[in-house]
Amino acid sequence: MNMRTPLSRTRGLGSAKEGADHFWWQRVTAIANLVLGIFTVALMVNLVGADFATTKATLASPLVAIMLLLFVLSASYHMKLGMQTIIEDYVQSEGRKTVLIILNIFYSVFVGLTCVFAILKLSFGA
Amino acid sequence: MSANKPGKRPLSPHLQIYKPLINMVMSIFHRISGSALYFGMFFLAWWLFSVASGPAYFDLVQGMLASIPGRFLLFVFTWALMLHAFGGIRHFIWDTGRGFGLSTINWLSWISLFGSFALTMLIWAFGYNLIGVL
Repeated sequence: MNMRTPLSRTRGLGSAKEGADHFWWQRVTAIANLVLGIFTVALMVNLVGADFATTKATLASPLVAIMLLLFVLSASYHMKLGMQTIIEDYVQSEGRKTVLIILNIFYSVFVGLTCVFAILKLSFGA
Repeated sequence: MSANKPGKRPLSPHLQIYKPLINMVMSIFHRISGSALYFGMFFLAWWLFSVASGPAYFDLVQGMLASIPGRFLLFVFTWALMLHAFGGIRHFIWDTGRGFGLSTINWLSWISLFGSFALTMLIWAFGYNLIGVL
């Protein structure tokens, strides 16, 4: 069965091969989140009640910092994809949908970048 | 054509029509927990920010998170994370084309519910054990 539009057939460029991008990255980041999430939860449990110096030293150690960076990057992309699906499902008005999808990207990037900056500062800076 | 006015058309049945089956409830929970984690990630960012900001701000944020409302928030966050993780594993199984039998769908859903709660309790027991409350 051909699902392509007449315009797409006329152009004859074939598929952009990006149709399943959203689905695919949702799954890839989900697998990563599962592994990195277990690490992050274990880390957080270990830091329960810890004082500032211990917390800072733990987060600044290279392996912890790398794992946490990976988690934060994977999680913020995963949540951007997930929230976009929710917005597309429930928001009817085209204008509001577009605005919310843009805000979703801003929020996800903001949260992700704040985490990345904090982790890098603890590793490299004072 | 007057019978075809927008408000008169029959609507497809929605949530309030169906009996809440466990797979349907867990599907809804997956979305709700995902949204909760979406906003909960803000607190992870805030906490990391506080560590990067120095001892005074860290103590303030740590104190807020250690308060009763703070702990409640963290507990819900933990549960949402576990629920969403179990839901994700369920989806991985379905992605392979397996596990679509009715009974399989049901027990996978129940495992997600009880498993997520058990893991949440376990994680908190570990945490409380660490600071000597348990």
